[in-house]
Amino acid sequence: MSEVLQSTAPSTLIGQRIPKLDAPDKAAGRTRYVHDIQLPGQLYGAILRSERVHARILRIDTSKARALPGVSAVITAADIPDQRPIGVVKDNLPLKTDRVRSLRDEIAAVAAESEELARHALTLIEVEYEDLSAVTDAADSLLPGAMLIHPPIAGAKSGDPVGLAGRDDNIAMRFDYVHGDVGQGEAESDVIVEDTFYLHYVTHCCMGVSGVIAEFDAKGNLLLYSNTQVPFLHKREFAEYLHIDPSRVRIIQPPIGGGFGSKLDIYPFEVICVYLARATGRPVRMVYTREEEFMASPTRQPVRLTLRSGCKKDGTLTFRSVHTLHDNGAYTSWGATTPVVMMQAFASLYRLPHCEYHTVAVYSNNPYAGSFRGYGNLQATFAIESHMEKMAAAIGMDPLAFRLKNAHVKGEETGQGNIFRSCGFQDCLKIAAERSDFLHKWREYTGKQKEPGRFKRGVGLAAMLHVGGGAKIYQSDGCGTIIKIDDFGHVTLITGASEIGQGSETVLAQLVCEELGLPISAVSVVNNDTEITPWDVGVHASRTTFVAGNSAIGAARKAKDKILEAAAPRFACAPEDLDMKGGGIVRKATGEMLTNLPRFIRSLHFAQQSDLVITTNYYEPPSVHFDKGYKGDISAAYSWAAQVVEVEVDLDTGAVRLVKVTGAHDVGRVLNRLGLEGQIEGGVVMGQGYALTEDLQVEGGKIRNPNFRDYKLVTAPEVPQMDISFVESMDGEGPQGAKGVGEAPAISMAAAIANAIENATGVRITSLPFTPERVYRALHGALPELPTTPKVAA
Amino acid sequence: MSATTEIVFMLNGAERRVGVPSTMSTLEMLRDMLGFTGTKYGCGEGECGACTILVDGASVNSCLMFAVDCAGRQVTTIEGLANDPCARVVQDSFVKHGAVQCGFCTPGMVVQSVHLLATHPHPDELSAQRAIEGNICRCTGYKKIVDAIVDAGCAVGDRS
Repeated sequence: MSEVLQSTAPSTLIGQRIPKLDAPDKAAGRTRYVHDIQLPGQLYGAILRSERVHARILRIDTSKARALPGVSAVITAADIPDQRPIGVVKDNLPLKTDRVRSLRDEIAAVAAESEELARHALTLIEVEYEDLSAVTDAADSLLPGAMLIHPPIAGAKSGDPVGLAGRDDNIAMRFDYVHGDVGQGEAESDVIVEDTFYLHYVTHCCMGVSGVIAEFDAKGNLLLYSNTQVPFLHKREFAEYLHIDPSRVRIIQPPIGGGFGSKLDIYPFEVICVYLARATGRPVRMVYTREEEFMASPTRQPVRLTLRSGCKKDGTLTFRSVHTLHDNGAYTSWGATTPVVMMQAFASLYRLPHCEYHTVAVYSNNPYAGSFRGYGNLQATFAIESHMEKMAAAIGMDPLAFRLKNAHVKGEETGQGNIFRSCGFQDCLKIAAERSDFLHKWREYTGKQKEPGRFKRGVGLAAMLHVGGGAKIYQSDGCGTIIKIDDFGHVTLITGASEIGQGSETVLAQLVCEELGLPISAVSVVNNDTEITPWDVGVHASRTTFVAGNSAIGAARKAKDKILEAAAPRFACAPEDLDMKGGGIVRKATGEMLTNLPRFIRSLHFAQQSDLVITTNYYEPPSVHFDKGYKGDISAAYSWAAQVVEVEVDLDTGAVRLVKVTGAHDVGRVLNRLGLEGQIEGGVVMGQGYALTEDLQVEGGKIRNPNFRDYKLVTAPEVPQMDISFVESMDGEGPQGAKGVGEAPAISMAAAIANAIENATGVRITSLPFTPERVYRALHGALPELPTTPKVAA
Repeated sequence: MSATTEIVFMLNGAERRVGVPSTMSTLEMLRDMLGFTGTKYGCGEGECGACTILVDGASVNSCLMFAVDCAGRQVTTIEGLANDPCARVVQDSFVKHGAVQCGFCTPGMVVQSVHLLATHPHPDELSAQRAIEGNICRCTGYKKIVDAIVDAGCAVGDRS
C-alpha cells in the first residue's frame, strides 16, 4: 500500500462491508422496474424498423394498421411536422422521413391496447423502398466517390445541424492530438514497433431491456419514467424536442436493469414514445424485445488502430504515434467521442515525451455506437499494452521492469496536462506481479512454449489509467445534494446522482452517516425524480462516488455545523468542543453523550424561533476543460490498476480458458468494501467477455446474432479465480480519500489476456475476440494480416 | 388473437382459475395477466434465466412454458417464496454477500438457488456455479452470487 492509513476509530463506517440499501427488495422480487409499471389507461407502443440497410422510403401505408381495433395511434414522420434531429451532433430524426440508413431505423410507431396488438399492427404497415448502395466498411466510407450517408440537403440554412443540412463527406467527427515532437522521439529510439489492431463490436446486454413510459398531464406537462443515466440533460433535451420549457418536463427514474453507459444518450424510441403519448393523450409504455435490444441499442465503438511506439535500450519510452478509424454507424452518439478518452491512455498511461494521435469517426450503414463502460479505453489499452510487451521483448527487459521504468509517480504532470496528485501506479504493478508470482511464471511459461503437449499456460500483465475524479466534459461536472434531518433524527439524503445498480446510494448514505455519527439505518436516499433532486450531470466517467460523494459530505457537514452551533450555547461550550457520534451530540474531549439527536432536533423545531435542519450543497470538482488541443487537467483525480491474468490455451482447439485474475487497484481509499469488490469482479468478467466470448457480428449492416444463444456472455462456470487488492493512495480531494473505480476493472483485461496468450504460445494476436477459431488460425499462421489504418488529411 | 382455454392451478399456494390464450407463455400470464412482476423478462428464449420459477418444485424458464401447461400444477414465483424459510436464508445471503447489483437477474437467481438447495443442501462452489449456468448476470461477475449460495447452503444445512 502506498500510504498506510492510521487505523480509524472502530465505529467508522469507512472500509466496511455495507450491503446495498436496495438489495432486500431486489432479492424479494419487489422492485418495480420500468417494465413492471402499469399506469391506469396505459397503452403499449412499438416501433416499425427498417428492413433495408440503406434505402429511400418511397411510400408508407399505415391504413390497415390504423383500422385495427384496439390501435389508438399510428405515427410516421409525416404526422410529426415539428420533429427535430436528436443525438450528439443532431443527425438523427426519431422518425425517418425519406431515407433509412441502417436496419435499426425507425419508420413508424403504434400505440395499442396491448403489446401483442401493437406488434401485430406493425406487420400491417406497408413500406415501399428503393435500395441505395450501402457502405458497411469504415475504410470504404472514406474512398473518393463513396456513397454519402447524410448527403447535403437542398435549402438547408447555414448553421443547421447534420440532420437538417447533411454533409458533403462521411466524416462524423475527427480529433487530432499532439504533445512533444514525434519526429524527435523517433530519432531518439533504439527500437520502434508498429502494429495494426482491430477491435470488434460488442454491446451492453443489460438484463433489463430498454423501456420508457411517457405521459402528459392536462396542462401539457410531460412525465417520463425513464432509465436514463443523465436525467437533467434529458430533461432539457426533451423540452427542446417538444418546444416547451424544461420546467414542464419531469423525469422519474425507476430502478434500472443495468446501465454500463448505454443510457447516456437520448434515443429515438424515447422521443417516439413521447409523440405517441401526445397523439393519444394517454400514458404509453414502450419496452424492447431482447432481439430489438440487440438490433437497436448502441454498441461499443469498433476501432481500427495503427500504433507506432518507440523506446531506448535502457527501457525509456520515446514516442507513440496513433491513427484510428472508428465506424460511427449511421448516426452519431457518444461512441464518436471515445477518442477523447483514448488519447488520455495514449498520452498519459506511461511517462511519454512525444505523442500524436489522429482519428476520424466515419458514417456507415452499420449500427451506431454509443458509450460503454471504459469509453474507448479498452480499445486504446489493448494496443498500448500489447506494444509494451513487444518493446520489452525487443530490448530484453522483463515486462514488469519495463513498465515500472515508465510508470508515473505521485506529483507528475503528463504531456497532456493530467496532474497526478495521488498515484499508486507503481504499487499496483508490484502488488499484482508479486501476488500472482508473475515474473517466475512468465519465465517458466516462456521456456515451455516449444515443449510438446496440448495445453499451454501463460501469464500476462497489463495496466490502465482512467479518470477517477469526474471528467469536465459538460459545462459543469458537479452534483447537488439536499439533506433533511427530521424530528425523529432520520436523515433524508436527496442527491442528483442516479443509482444504476452500482451501489451509489449506499456509498453516499455511508459517507453522510459517517459525518453525522449515525448508523446506516438512519438514512434513506431519494435519487430518482428531477422534480425533487438537485442537478447532477449524470452517471458516467466513474464520477459518482467522487463527485456526488463530496457533494453529500459537504451537505452533511453543513447540517452538522448547524446542529452543533445551536447546541453549543445550551451546553455552555463552543461548537468546536462538540461532535456528533452514536446517534447524539457528544462532548468531543470526553465522549460524554449530551443529548440524542431526535430530541435535539425537536427542540430546535419547536422552539420560540423555530428552525429546521435542511441543508444544501453543490460540489464542482476542481478540474478544467480541455483546451482546443485536448490538453488540461480534466479530472480531479486519476485511478490506476494493474492486472495479471493466467490462461490455459488448448493448442488442438484454440480455446483459451481464463484461470486466474490478480488485480491491484488504486482506488484512493476503500469506502464500501463489498460494493467495491462487486464493481471490480463484475468489470473483470465484462472485460473477460470482451476479450474471449462476446462478438456482435455485423455483416453487410446486418446483425447476425441478436440473441443470447449466439452472442456469448460469460456464464458462472467460466468465471476465473480472482485475487483483488486495493491500493489506498488517499487522494486529497477525494471523499474520505476515495477515487472512482466503476470502469477501471474492464479496461486492461483484453490486453492482459493477449499478453498471456503470447506467453503461452509465442503468438501475438492483434484482433479481438480471442475465440477458438481466431486463436487456432493464429497458431497456424492463418490469420490474415490487418491492413494499416488509413490516414485522413485534416 | 387465439382462443382461450380455462385452466386451474395452484399459484403460490392458492388456487387460480384463468382463461389463457393457447399461445401465451407462463411468463406472460404471470406478469401481464396476473400482475406477478417479480418474475422478469430477459430474453423470451430460455437463454437468460431471469424468468425462472418453480413448477412442481422444479426450476423452469417460464418464458418457454405455455401457460396452458400450468393446469393442475403447483407454480411458485419469487413472490410465493416470501414466507419460505429456505428462500429467506437465500435472500438474506444474497444481500449480505453483495450478490445484488442492478437486481434484474436476482429473482431468477434466488429461485434457481432455492431449487438447488432443495436437492443439494450443501452445494460447493462448483455445483453452485453449475446450478446458475443458465442464469445470466451482467453486473456482478457471478462470484458473489456463488458465495451467497454456498453460504446459504451452510445456513440451511445448519437448521435442518
